[in-house]
Amino acid sequence: MNIHEYQAKEIFKKYGVPTPKGKVAFSVDEAVANAEELGGPIWVVKAQIHAGGRGLGGGVKLAKSMDEVKQYADEILGMQLVTHQTGPEGKLVQKIYIEDGADIKDELYLGMVLDRAKEMPVMMASTEGGMEIEEVAAKTPEKIIKVAIDPAIGFQAFHARKLAFGLELDKTEQKHFFKFAKALYDVYMDNDAELIEINPLVKTGEGAFIALDAKMGFDDNALGRHPEIEAMRDTSEEDPDEMEAGEYGLSYVNLDGNVGCMVNGAGLAMGTMDTINYVGGEPANFLDVGGGANPETVAKGFEIILKDANVKSIFVNIFGGIVRCDRVANGILEATKITKVDVPVVVRLDGTNAKEAAEILNNSGIENIIAATDLEDGAKKAVEAAK
Amino acid sequence: MSILVNKDTKVIVQGFTGKEGTFHAEQCLDYGTQIVGGVTPNKGGQEHLGKPVFNTVEDAVKQTGATVSMIFVPPVFVADAVMEAADAGIELAVIITEGAPVKDMQAAKAYAVKHGMKTIGPNCPGIITSEECKIGIMPGSIFKKGNVGLISKSGTLTYEASNQVVQEGYGISTAVGIGGDPIIGLSYKQLLPMFENDPETEAIVMIGEIGGDLEIQAAKFIKENISKPVVAFIAGQTAPKGKRMGHAGAIVSGSAGTAKEKMDALEAAGVTVVVSPAEIGKAVTKALGK
Repeated sequence: MNIHEYQAKEIFKKYGVPTPKGKVAFSVDEAVANAEELGGPIWVVKAQIHAGGRGLGGGVKLAKSMDEVKQYADEILGMQLVTHQTGPEGKLVQKIYIEDGADIKDELYLGMVLDRAKEMPVMMASTEGGMEIEEVAAKTPEKIIKVAIDPAIGFQAFHARKLAFGLELDKTEQKHFFKFAKALYDVYMDNDAELIEINPLVKTGEGAFIALDAKMGFDDNALGRHPEIEAMRDTSEEDPDEMEAGEYGLSYVNLDGNVGCMVNGAGLAMGTMDTINYVGGEPANFLDVGGGANPETVAKGFEIILKDANVKSIFVNIFGGIVRCDRVANGILEATKITKVDVPVVVRLDGTNAKEAAEILNNSGIENIIAATDLEDGAKKAVEAAK
Repeated sequence: MSILVNKDTKVIVQGFTGKEGTFHAEQCLDYGTQIVGGVTPNKGGQEHLGKPVFNTVEDAVKQTGATVSMIFVPPVFVADAVMEAADAGIELAVIITEGAPVKDMQAAKAYAVKHGMKTIGPNCPGIITSEECKIGIMPGSIFKKGNVGLISKSGTLTYEASNQVVQEGYGISTAVGIGGDPIIGLSYKQLLPMFENDPETEAIVMIGEIGGDLEIQAAKFIKENISKPVVAFIAGQTAPKGKRMGHAGAIVSGSAGTAKEKMDALEAAGVTVVVSPAEIGKAVTKALGK
């Protein structure tokens, strides 16, 4: 789960990670009131959406007067902000953050993420603040300094030194940086974060550090023990179909093709998409119905897949294990009663009780169900049916 | 022969009396697995599925001589269960539970490694040595004895692959579902040499997916250390960037972790890489040269 910049900064404040003063606003009037409270003389008006690259897209403006605050707030609120991370349709800006201007001497980068190979969190710093870290990693990897931190010992001074020397900080700056980095480590660990990015991390004229931007993502598996973070969820930032699927225990991702897929298991679901592609078609979605494929979830799956007008056929690919195929077959029959399915459905059921399942479907009398013998056969038939 | 587990392996179940634990322990018993007891705190002294229940793993190990634990406890209790098993001298913990927080697994795995306990999973179907010992949730009936070793991040693709291998007239020595979480126990790199040294195994199938770099590490290792033929499939060639595909670890970040990158590395290491999982069976037959 991801949160907004203003929410991440609220968490930062609790841990003593310095940020500029600021306040979120949902209207122009509120934005002006916030700006008056902050006092100026300059303010930054920032669109709050879950995507990077907001500045380039026109979602971040520097205001030098109250009139400018008003003007920019008016422009940004309600705009469809397009960045390299939003897709061409962009994202509607519903809230903005009004922030104090900062004394910027230098812009750096500081982030934390799990290093899967080392199996511990890693803190990354770079002198190339303001640039996409992936771009820095690709072009000048030597400019990224990384330290893996073993949670068994926690964040130590030597970790901070390695980063500080890499950033070529002087003695005063090092002192400020140690404190900043240690607090950031605590933010990451205490909250089960999956990712923190501060880009840019600002070095002030006095050698202190301020998080000018803040991006945070969390481990979904740990949200249960962080109700205060769960409460920060902004559902307007999430795909409504993916969310609806999640409520039924389905895992769904919409794609661009025209062959809908309903599969049990994430790996087989991806493998099914790959096979559709391999035989010359394009998958319309990823959908894992999980271990408990029953009439209700199968019906919901059909409903979500069919919301996508591009879908011209559906490939149901179930490898029955503990889940018996005959029950899935009955589920499909039930589902077609609950949800109107008006495209051909190619069904491949293999594994436990596959024979019984085939009989159920053959005797069902439903016209647009096409039986398939194996994965490739099913993929071919589904791609053909979509033409 | 086989790897890690066989008909003599003594297994306990942590979370024995819960719904999932009960259902799958019963299936494993039916398969012939030597489940010698289980652990559910505060239910020690009772009997469940005809086997003794203990309060602690330590008691269970002392009384039964079990060396392997199958873990079914709820997600937030997984780390505790793994660490208790390691502390009690269990040699291998098979963690089936899905949804354990990453931070917990990080600590639990570090502790397991320190105590010399191997782990499989979490969020995995488990391990099976065909017709001898099933420790997990896979349908036993599709695994026939044979000479192909199987390592997979995905549960249902394991079944798919095994089914194809059996239909080609071969069988599976041992299949290990390593799980698709960001932090997992035994991975390709540890399991490949076990299959290399297992006289019964003549070919190895490895199934990977997008995210992380375990498959890249495996490619390097295969090039230098594995003489048996390896067939690989990487799921998620058509997955979009930055989207999590069901498994917590199945995500392409930036340009890292793509299926293409992994397939290229494996191919360069001499592995037969198939583009569709439907080709696994045929590729195995070809690799075995029969």
